[in-house]
Amino acid sequence: MSGHNESILREPLITGNNITYAKITDDILTPVENKPNKAWWIGFIVSALGALLWVVAVSYTFWNGIGAWGLNKTVGWAWDITGFVWWVGIGHAGTLISAVLLLFRQNWRNSINRSAEAMTIFAVICAATYVVSHMGRPWLAYWVLPLPNQFGSLWVNFNSPLVWDMFAISTYFSVSLLFWYTGLLPDIATIRDRAVGVKRKVYTILSFGWTGNVKTWQRFEAVSLILAGISTPLVLSVHTIVSMDFATSVIPGWHTTIFPPYFVAGAIFSGFAMVLTLLLVARKVLGLENYITMFHIESMNKIIILTGSIVGVAYLTEFFIAWYSGSEYEQYAFINRSTGPYWWAYWMMMTCNVISPQLLWFKKIRTSIPATWILSIVVNIGMWFERFVIIVTSLHRDYIPSSWAMFYPTWVDVSVFVGSIGLFFTLFLLFLRVLPSIAIAEVKLLLKSASEQAKLELIKDGHLEKEQVKEYVESLEKFDSVKQEEYAKI
Amino acid sequence: MSNIKYILGSFGDPDEMMHGIEKLQENNIKIHDVYTPIPIHGIEAKLGVKRSRLDSAAVCFGITGPMTMLSFVYYAAAWDWPVNIGGKPHFALPDFIPITFELTILFCAFGLVGSYYASTHLFPGRAPRVMDLRATDDRFIIAIDAKENAEHSKIDGLLKDAGALEVKYNERKYISYE
Repeated sequence: MSGHNESILREPLITGNNITYAKITDDILTPVENKPNKAWWIGFIVSALGALLWVVAVSYTFWNGIGAWGLNKTVGWAWDITGFVWWVGIGHAGTLISAVLLLFRQNWRNSINRSAEAMTIFAVICAATYVVSHMGRPWLAYWVLPLPNQFGSLWVNFNSPLVWDMFAISTYFSVSLLFWYTGLLPDIATIRDRAVGVKRKVYTILSFGWTGNVKTWQRFEAVSLILAGISTPLVLSVHTIVSMDFATSVIPGWHTTIFPPYFVAGAIFSGFAMVLTLLLVARKVLGLENYITMFHIESMNKIIILTGSIVGVAYLTEFFIAWYSGSEYEQYAFINRSTGPYWWAYWMMMTCNVISPQLLWFKKIRTSIPATWILSIVVNIGMWFERFVIIVTSLHRDYIPSSWAMFYPTWVDVSVFVGSIGLFFTLFLLFLRVLPSIAIAEVKLLLKSASEQAKLELIKDGHLEKEQVKEYVESLEKFDSVKQEEYAKI
Repeated sequence: MSNIKYILGSFGDPDEMMHGIEKLQENNIKIHDVYTPIPIHGIEAKLGVKRSRLDSAAVCFGITGPMTMLSFVYYAAAWDWPVNIGGKPHFALPDFIPITFELTILFCAFGLVGSYYASTHLFPGRAPRVMDLRATDDRFIIAIDAKENAEHSKIDGLLKDAGALEVKYNERKYISYE
């Protein structure tokens, strides 16, 4: 951290000129320590209504069974599993940011990891509710666990990818929660030491008695690094296992070995899009422009181009392999996907996931906040369609043409999905109010080396090469939170 | 002397605080502990905090995962209630790799975080032993036991020379109990 200067060529991670440790605390805790503003209330009411819709739709499903959904004999899996995979995929960006970027020492993760991890947890909660509600008899949900029972004891089938998935998702959820909460302890202690009354009592319990002494911090860093090391293969394994729900079956269109890497790339792709959707709004409403800067936005957009292109290559490879396999069923599944009755869903997916993210190659677009925000939503729509296409188009025309069918969602299908989005946003908005949306301690760590003001000092010292300074100042032009006048003088 | 228990040097900058630690150590003044809002790299070497053994703990907990899973799956699928699925082996090891892996991660993570909480005495509801409320905000605090180190004015001088913004004399060890 301190003691050495960072290269001037690196763009700043904290902008603004009067940033102190105290100001970082104040800025980040503003939404936690004050009454919410109008924007928050509007967002919260809309989301809470969505969550209410979710409660109604899920209760209706529990009461009537999954006959309430538009499923039929041919299409036995549709919006439920689409929603499940979509949510799990969105969750992956949080772990990627907190774990993989920590291992690669990408310091820009410090100001986005907290909310991305929170997003992971809420997205996995949404995904898990699909699992439970699609069981039809959710009160028997514990049957997926390998518990001793009165049937013999007949254990769960450990050869089944659905059982693997149960292990993967529950491990993923609990490990993400541990990682997130352990990282939160120092920040909860910050809130505790500034609060009074009941609020202090609550945060005292939540802070586990954190004081920030030397040994605790040293162990904290060791724990973070080891958790990052084990979460990285974990996050890859989770979506690999989700893809095996399909890939280990014998349905043409599902039975492919490309699924694991393709699903993982797609998960990171959709997760980063969701992080952008949330944070572009949050940084504006909460006034966090100095901490979540244009550099962060651009970096995330670069990851979106990369993973979007991997997904695009995977789509084309699937097509090629379907042709190359010589299997007529496999070939038909893919021809039907792109030209059959669901052609519009297929091309929707292609446009949103492969074509439109390519616009981010243009610097103007990837550094424009409105364009990025719209594209992030487009990607989320595209990724939903990807799962829909994989699931429904592979099922709806099976081996006997007399059983061919289409899938039409009922109001319950739609409400469960729309409601789960409401639930997600409700949880996220509540999180913004009670916990710091940016990891305070981790951002403070960057102040002395990677902030705009530290770099300005370096420039003023005048020991730097002119070309490098020029390049640095030019790189600041895209930042919406930097005042250019400061640099005109130099 | 008085009933001062702890002397706190409150710094606004981590580098100045490190300088303060050096100054105190040069004068053989024992430092009780240091409280900071951010992790300070290199401080553990200075204060003689031993290297963490949590990595070894993580490995040990991690190993228990595959052992538990493999023995349990063997018991459940091959011994207690073997199910004949198309004559395939009851103990089909490749099928059990994903769940074995997941359990390894799960046991490793919970064991690791559990040992961390235990070794640093973190648990829900623990009374925070805070000496200065700003140590989690913007101050870097060096705490010195006032009974063991009697030369208070010298400590005061050393801390202020190093750049301490404030030197506090606490009559109670932990102010958070008030």
